Amino acid sequence: MIDFPFLKTGIHYLDNAATTQKPASVINAITEHYENGTANVHRGIHSLSEQATDQYEATRQAVADFINAKPEQIIFTKGTTESINIVAHSHDFTAEDEIIVSALEHHSNLVPWQQTKAKLRVIPLKEDLSLDLEAYKKLLSPNTKLVAITAMSNVLGTITPLQEIIDLAHANDTKVLVDAAQYASHFAIDMQKLKPDFLALSSHKMLGPTGVGILYTAHDLKPMQFGGDMILTVSQYESTFAPMPTKMEAGTPNIADVIAFKAALETLTKIGFDKIATHDTELLNYAIEKFSAHPEVTLYTPPNQAAVLSFNVKGSHPHDIASVFNEFKVAIRSGQHCAEPLMNTLGVPATARMSFHIYNTTADIDQAEKALEKVIKLFS
Amino acid sequence: MDLYTEIILDHYKDPQNSGTLTNPTVQVVEHNPTCGDKIHLDLKITDNKVTQIAHESEGCAISIASMSLVSDEIIGKSLEEILKLDKDYIFELLHVEISAGRIKCALLGLAAIKHAILQHQQNG
Ligand SMILES: Cc1ncc(COP(=O)(O)O)c(C=O)c1O
Repeated sequence: MIDFPFLKTGIHYLDNAATTQKPASVINAITEHYENGTANVHRGIHSLSEQATDQYEATRQAVADFINAKPEQIIFTKGTTESINIVAHSHDFTAEDEIIVSALEHHSNLVPWQQTKAKLRVIPLKEDLSLDLEAYKKLLSPNTKLVAITAMSNVLGTITPLQEIIDLAHANDTKVLVDAAQYASHFAIDMQKLKPDFLALSSHKMLGPTGVGILYTAHDLKPMQFGGDMILTVSQYESTFAPMPTKMEAGTPNIADVIAFKAALETLTKIGFDKIATHDTELLNYAIEKFSAHPEVTLYTPPNQAAVLSFNVKGSHPHDIASVFNEFKVAIRSGQHCAEPLMNTLGVPATARMSFHIYNTTADIDQAEKALEKVIKLFS
Repeated sequence: MDLYTEIILDHYKDPQNSGTLTNPTVQVVEHNPTCGDKIHLDLKITDNKVTQIAHESEGCAISIASMSLVSDEIIGKSLEEILKLDKDYIFELLHVEISAGRIKCALLGLAAIKHAILQHQQNG
């Protein structure tokens, strides 16, 4: 059994798509670093600094193993958002260039591309809320420089047909960035099979600490920040930069949290993605069964859905749903989920959302259903 | 304490002063970008006093009930009096404790009214 100290709070935490709870091993790794291991990395001869550097680099190796990549392809960032911004910053798109995103994207995989000179093209959703692959094929053109696509929607839980999207892009000589912020916590990722050009993820959605993200890159990139650590030589008027990935990590990094992220990856590996997928499916099906029994409820259920269930209740605003759920100690998210264009596509101002992880049980959903019954009583 | 009291539910389901005015002195649209709440507000101002108010509100129970309650209260009040109203005044009207996460919802209506008044004063 893995120890998740938050379980003692008695809160039914169903907001895992926002961030996950942390196992004791992660919390202990942070404490251990600050109590016995504090030192800067890459800059000391003393033992503490060497130890911190070893541990910091051990997480890089662990991430590389986790996604089947090489450590020099792994850049530490502060999260998915920063990872995506680095890739956007690293390319000089022109007004002739086109970037394809999907209608499912989180703002962090949309707004950075809006800031480039390139034209945005959007893969629409079909009636059943799945991505329209035929439309995607038509959007690919000689001008398409990049496809930026989520692997799993944070609003609907949709698993996108990644391999097909990547293969089609590559056949078109187009690079692909994968937003794996949600996906990486629920499914195994293999860079050698998938072969994206870039992939972004966040530790805090994977049982790890906040403030740590990963950018996997198959290509050399342009630094976005300059300063200490990222240089090779510095003279008064110019500098040369270290090789990848060092040149992408200017300044003192988030050492403690990077070190603790390794404990999170070990926890996910120990549980195993087969078990996580089985558990996710069980809870999702149970929640759909319970909630669909109430005619006042609208559920958003695309094909290939995992671990996330958005819903609305007749006569009520999602914020009120979340407030009532909170009275029942059930934590859910309500609002636009950083996906305003998707809300417009769905034709609703907002949704309420339950999202699951390994420590959730059917008892959490039973409690959510009690809260749902109160919502219906109050508003429908 | 229960957030969804009868007062709040009544005002949410049947808001006071909902609709539009035929000859408003000033009109504003107030948004809450984090949740998509939206209020269209019309004010009629005569002799430095609000004499009529109408609103069309989309949003949660807290924001709509708050708009409805405050709309009844401000008729006949002077612009200066209204500009001095603060969040405690709204909390008293609502009669419930509002958690930090819902304060923006509770204050949206008052914010709309104040914006309308300021806009009116700027236009002279
Ligand atoms: C699909 C998706 N992409 C990107 C992000 C942004 O991640 P972060 O806030 O950790 O940078 C999130 C999480 O909010 C997400 O769910």
